[in-house]
Parts: sequence; structure tokens; C-alpha cells
Amino acid sequence: MRNTARTPLGTRGTTGRTLRTCLAVTLGIGLLAACGGNGNDDDNGTGGGGDNADGGQDPVTLSIGVFGQFGLEEAGLYDEYMEANPHVTIEQTSTQRNQDYFSALVTRLPTGSGLMDIQAIEVANISEAANELGQYFVDLSDAEGVDLDHFIPWKVDQATGADGRVVGLGTDIGPMSICYRTDLFEQAGLPTDRNEVGALWEGDWQAYIDAGKEFRDNFDGNASWVDSGSSMFNAIVNSYPERFYNEAGEPVYQESEAVQTAWSMAVQAAEEELTGRHELFVTEWDNGMANGDFATLSCPAWMLGYIQDKSGGEGEGAWDVAPAPRPANWGGSFLGVTEASQNKEEAIKLITWLTAPEQQAKLFERRASFPSSAEAQQMEVVRDATHEYFDDAPIGELLSAAAADIPTLIVGPRDQVIQESLSRGVVQVEQGTDPDEAWASTVRSIENAIAD
Amino acid sequence: MPRPQRGGEPPLTAEEKKLRRRSLRYRLDTKFSPYGFVAPFFLFFAAFGLFPLLFTGWASLHRVSLHAPTDMEWVGFYNFTRLMSDEFFWNSLWNTFIIGVISTVPQLLMALGLAHLLNYKLRNSMMFRVAMLAPYATSVAAATLVFAMLYGRDYGMINWGLGLVGIDTIEWEAGSWTSKIAVSTIVIWRWTGYNTLIYLAAMQAVPKDLYESASIDGASRWKQFIHVTIPALRPTILFTVVVSTIGATQLFGEPLLFGGTPSGGAHNQYQTLGLYMYQMGWSNFNLGRASAIAWTMFLLLIIIGLIYWLFARLIGRSTGSKGA
Repeated sequence: MRNTARTPLGTRGTTGRTLRTCLAVTLGIGLLAACGGNGNDDDNGTGGGGDNADGGQDPVTLSIGVFGQFGLEEAGLYDEYMEANPHVTIEQTSTQRNQDYFSALVTRLPTGSGLMDIQAIEVANISEAANELGQYFVDLSDAEGVDLDHFIPWKVDQATGADGRVVGLGTDIGPMSICYRTDLFEQAGLPTDRNEVGALWEGDWQAYIDAGKEFRDNFDGNASWVDSGSSMFNAIVNSYPERFYNEAGEPVYQESEAVQTAWSMAVQAAEEELTGRHELFVTEWDNGMANGDFATLSCPAWMLGYIQDKSGGEGEGAWDVAPAPRPANWGGSFLGVTEASQNKEEAIKLITWLTAPEQQAKLFERRASFPSSAEAQQMEVVRDATHEYFDDAPIGELLSAAAADIPTLIVGPRDQVIQESLSRGVVQVEQGTDPDEAWASTVRSIENAIAD
Repeated sequence: MPRPQRGGEPPLTAEEKKLRRRSLRYRLDTKFSPYGFVAPFFLFFAAFGLFPLLFTGWASLHRVSLHAPTDMEWVGFYNFTRLMSDEFFWNSLWNTFIIGVISTVPQLLMALGLAHLLNYKLRNSMMFRVAMLAPYATSVAAATLVFAMLYGRDYGMINWGLGLVGIDTIEWEAGSWTSKIAVSTIVIWRWTGYNTLIYLAAMQAVPKDLYESASIDGASRWKQFIHVTIPALRPTILFTVVVSTIGATQLFGEPLLFGGTPSGGAHNQYQTLGLYMYQMGWSNFNLGRASAIAWTMFLLLIIIGLIYWLFARLIGRSTGSKGA
């Protein structure tokens, strides 16, 4: 029989219990403390050399946070740097979608934990990063060894906050062209030579839509003219300097010429059933690209590499590239160093090297990401570059011409939210909603999103 | 048990004193050590449950941006009152309700049926039980990504299968009802097995003689299920309904990964409350409004919990009178 409550236990038993009780309590507290302390450990864990001011040969690990197929690693630039600087180890973490990447970044910046030494910033978020979040990034405007003069001026302006702080160095820009399937064009009786194709819609998105109608009427099969109305919308809206915000920083997306024109063109294309109603950067879109489900798509420089990856062998020899109706920029990124970094000096050295003209030229050669450095744009390797996958198209010449006429975009704090909502509005029209109704619901959605 | 009276006792011997000291220590031990054993849970709960809850409540009364979470401006209950006229909030509440109903009801019915089947003597019954639980052990992300591909418009397996029997392409993601059904199937797939096992455990606790006497009285298997199994399972069913309701109210991972964005489709057609909260906080960077939505969800769950509690008491009374 077991002891009941009345019978006192031996001393040993009691201390045993007390001990266990204490153990349970301390364990609990200890675990908590361990969890609490972890965040700080992480910060220090990224590199041991941070405290040494001599910046010498102490081993340093630099972490870089990027999104998508950013290209730096793929182009072998990290390896090259690590070979030249044996004390540096570079570790990259990539998140597929920029939307997820940036949300996580914004959550981490104010707390200063979980951050990489270097963080990539997409152009849609750069205004926010330079202003609201500026304090969390190292100011590069007078940082040692940083040369801002070789970049094209508007790229630097975008990364400059109202207080003059420069939060990032430009990697690439996205001068736009139109990629098209020569096999589908041929079947529809359209020209296939890239100069003739470019002439089809030169200077006018309306001409592009008209060519689409011709394609639709003459093509025997299921392919659509353009992959999606929303990507067309973005291509058009980005060909104007004033899109969602005006110079004074007030939202003008409801009446700006850019949005008006882009909206009406995209809606027209949707109603004429020229669009494939695809969502971008998902598997279905990738498959459609490989299988020739759409004849054209808007093609910023960095998209060329994406098409090559996704279209692969099945689309081999089918793709070509022609100038866009109007020059525009889509995408492009920056690299910034976080204030929380323990290795700021080394990190600044690395991003300076990565964005230097020579490296930008290499990135263009290997990944077709177009340089944001004016100096790199003038290099022969860039100007004379051709792209094998796109039937040896002279992309250097083509994209340089597009880049020269890109309007200087006015960026605003909620560009991304506004652009995504407008894109969803176009998708609504594609899915059969009345355009006026779609516009009204889009405006309500944006007003709700940007309200305080 | 009667305690010894202190006042009226004769003086204690040394031996007795020692014993009494020990017994005091023992009493203290039995009194406090249980608290020590449960302390870790409460410490964790305070850090990861209570503190976020209270902080969220505090944040919901302020204008606060994700860019600077410590920079708060008092706005009172404005973040709550504005929800009343917020069409996107009502839309997501409606979506949450609809998806909750069309995922929970079939799921629990199927679980009940499956548990009944598994309750028969079967060959390899263990294998079936483990198989039932496999979806539950799969991660939401992995399952949802596979389902999103199955439901693909042009290259999805489901549309391909429908095409074989002559049904036209269905744009699952685009439609209001089709997208809700698609999200529900992910939930159903993941949780049916879990509920099945809970029902099965409860069924095995039903006394065998009840079935015996029922079959002697000539009750068929179906009648036995309706009149013996279901009444015996009543508390278990209520438990699964409560747990499923909580899960449905907080539904997040499936709709987020199904479309890939917190907007829940171009028309917000499958944006749930959880997604709307996430969009408000992490796309629109408005932490105050997101917190208000989070607290509204919490209050909703409390109300639902109270309703279930009243319901359970009613059931308890009605069955109590029969002496079951």
C-alpha cells in the first residue's frame, strides 16, 4: 500500500521532491531565458571579426538576403569575391517572392534581430526603405570607398531619402522590351523579324493591341496574344514619370495619365480577349511560357534569364525579342547594409564591389540583368552583347536604346500596394467584372489599404 | 479527514516534534510542488500567449505602423469602430464563415463514418489508422502547394480529369465558390483523419453490451450507429466541433498559399479574417488595425465558445434526465 497523506516521509524523500520542484521551476525559467537570449546570439553569430577595427584578415562571414533568382550567386560573383578575399565567406538566403521577402524584412528592421548584413531592396520598396525605414540602413552617401558617380543619376535619387541619406547601391535596372514567339507569329501571318515586329507597334501601345487583334483573328489554336493584362498594365504605367504619386508626394493614382492610359489599354485587351489571364511567377505561367500558350510578354532585361530558365529546351529557338512600344523600366534592385550588421565595413566593401561597373557588366553578360551603372552601360561587352537563346538578338544595343529613354519615375511610399491593387483590378476585368465596377472596387481597396 | 486539534494536545516529545516538522514540510511539498510542475507551461504561456495578447490589445487602441512598432499614437476604439463600415472586413468574415461551414461539416461527417468503419474488426486495422493520420502529419505548406497545382487552370490534374469526362475547364482560383471549395478540400484532407481517430477512440470506450442488447432487440447496424454510437459520442462530437470551429476561424495557411498572396484572390473571394489581418499588418504595414482585427477574432471565438457552452449544458440537462 502507498503512503497516505498523513504519514510523514523520510527526509530523503522530501528533499528529493523539493529538488525536483526547484528543478522544474528553474528549467522553465532557464528555457525562457535561453529563448530570450537567442536573438542576441544571432546578431553576434554572423561574424567574429566585427569588433576588430583593423579590418584585417580576420575571418568574416557576410550574410546577404535576396529575393527570387537574384543573379549575383548564379553569375558566380560571390565565388569570385571570396577567391580574391579569402577571409570573407558569403552566405546568401533567398525568398522566392519579393512581397514575402519585404514583409519579413520590415518586421525585422525595427527590432534589429534576424537581419542579414546586406539586404536587397526592390525598386517598388525603395522609397519606403529610404524614408520610413531609412534609419535602419547605413548611410552610403559619404561612406568610405563608395562611388555614387558611376550610377545613372535617377537610380541614386530613388535610393536617397528626404534627409539626403542613401540607403542602397543600385544593382540593375529593367529597361523593357517585348519577348515574342516567332513560331506563333509565323502561324498567324505576322512578321517574325525583330525589326519588323518592333515597327508593328513602335511608339504606341494601341498599335500593340491592334496587332493582337490581328493575331487573334488569324491564329488557329488556343494561344493568346499576351500573357496577362496586369503585366501589360505595369509595362504601360511605368512608361510615365508620374504614376501613383506626384512630385509633392501626394497620391494621384486616380487621375494620373499613366494609370488612366494603362488601365484603359489593359481593360481593352482584356475585353478583346487578347490576354491569357495568367498570374505572373507561378507554375502555370511558367508552363504556359514553355508550351507557347501566349505569343508575347513584357520583357524587362532580367526577364530574359527567367524565360530561358523556364522555357528551356521546349521553347528553344522559338523566342525572340523586340523593342517595346514605349521605353519603360520594370524592376531592378538595390543592395543596402543594415545598421544592425556587425560587419558594416566589410559589407560596404562587398556591395561596392558587387555594384561596380565591371561586376555589373559581368552580371549582364551572364544573367542579362541590365547595369544601373552609366559607366558599365558604355562598356563594349554590354553594348555589343547578344543573347543566344533569343536567336542571338543584339540585346546590348536594344536594351541600351530602351534604357536611354526611360523616364525618371517618381517613387512613393505605397507604390507596391497601389500597383498590386491595380493589377488585381485588371484581373477582375479579365475574369468578367464590369470595368467601371472593377475600377471602383480597386479604388476602394487602395483607399482602405493606404488609410492610416 | 479530521485534523489534529492543536490547543488541547499534551506537550510533544522530541520524536513527535520531529515527526510534526516533517509532516509540515510534507504538507508544504504537496501543496506547492504541483505548482512547480505546471510552472513551465504558465511561464511559456505568459511569454508567448499572454504577453502578445495584451500587447496586441494595447496596439489595437493606437495608430501604429510596422515600420516603428514602438511609436504609438492613441486613437481609442477607432480601429474597432471602423471595422463596422469596412466592407473588406465583412467580406473576409463571410468568407471565413462559408469556408468554415463547407470544410467542417463534411469533414466531421466523413470522420464519423470512417471511424465507424474502422471500429469493425479489420485486417491491418493499425495500418489504416496510421494512414488516416498521415495527412495531419503533413505540413500545411507542402499540402497546399500540391493542392494549388492540382487545382491549376491549364495544367492542373483536376481539370484534366474533368476534361476526360467532358467537363469544361473550371477556373478554380478565380471563382467565388470554386475557390472556397478548393480551400475547403485542403482543410478536409488534412483534418478528417485526426477527427476520425478521436471518434474511434471514443467509440471503443462504448460498452459492448449496449450493442449486444441492441442487436438482441433486433436493431440493425445502422440503427445501432444512430441510437447507440452517436448518443455515446455526444461529448466527443461537441469537442471536435469546438476545435474545428476555432481552427476554421483562424484559417490562414491554406488560403494564403493557395493563391500566394494575402489578398485572397483578385476579388478577395477567399480572403479569410486571418489573411485580412496579415494583409493589414504586413502588406499595408498598419499594425494598429491588424491588431484590432486580431482582437475581434479573439472576441468572436469567445462568443462562439459561450454559445457552445450553453448548448453543452442544455444537452447535459436533457440527457441527464434520462439517467444516461
